[in-house]
Amino acid sequence: MAIELESLEKGATIGVRSIPVTRADLVQYAGASGDFNPIHWNEDFAMSVDLPGVIAHGMFTMGAAVQLVTDWAGDPTAIIDYQTRFTKPVPVANSFDVPGAEIEVSGVVGAIDAENSTVRVDLTVVAGGVKVLAKAQAVVRLK
Amino acid sequence: MAINPELTGRNYPAGGTYVVGREKIREFALAVKATHPAHFDVSAAQELGYADVVAPPTFAIIVAQRADAKLIEDPDSGIDFSRVVHAEQRFTHHRPIVAGDVLKAALTVDSVRAMGGGAMITTRAEISTEAGVAVATTTSMILVRGEDQ
Repeated sequence: MAIELESLEKGATIGVRSIPVTRADLVQYAGASGDFNPIHWNEDFAMSVDLPGVIAHGMFTMGAAVQLVTDWAGDPTAIIDYQTRFTKPVPVANSFDVPGAEIEVSGVVGAIDAENSTVRVDLTVVAGGVKVLAKAQAVVRLK
Repeated sequence: MAINPELTGRNYPAGGTYVVGREKIREFALAVKATHPAHFDVSAAQELGYADVVAPPTFAIIVAQRADAKLIEDPDSGIDFSRVVHAEQRFTHHRPIVAGDVLKAALTVDSVRAMGGGAMITTRAEISTEAGVAVATTTSMILVRGEDQ
């Protein structure tokens, strides 16, 4: 891994990433994860439980957002801890060939633990101008 | 039906095992738009020191949610799945999940907190190999909405 603990500063950016999302992505995530809750693919059902429409799986957003950290760390297995709160839903509009939502991810160095050689990355995850995750934190072990 | 307040501390021992497939890791990685070659290419994973392709950081949710299902489907729990909202999630990895792993998950209900007509329930899945080597600890907080929420 190219990252050196000494070169890191708290608050420094690790980058930004934009993730276009379509309803096909939600169907794909449902199949891959086994989470077939109809709020993620059936508009009528989603509205019947007082949602604005079909929403992304929280775990889709969490899973896709962490790629920014993987890219930074250069190794997905360096992420030894990852947590978040799901604060707001990500509505995904019914569209074809154009994204039904856009998830914007940015990350900063939140804490440096020199003793354990780990870095906490704090992610900000926004969709439609609204923060959809809170306390999204990934702990990366540096080799 | 109200959430059973006596769920706290209840254990659901590992039932069957989950065999981690190479194609499942690739499928899940595509689904979360993960792009690292170690999720797809065995030789790229071997360069990182693993025997086979490695799972993305949130892959363990598959195993954890199968364990959670035991609680949700327990008629004694009082949980209506259609009213469940995922509120928090955490993964602590003791070692990476690699294709070929045979995993089991033991579930514990860590807390139940009444909220209006519903409840916040925190569960913890201890995921290990068949031999009992710790692989990951996952904690989930779910909100079960009451009738008026």
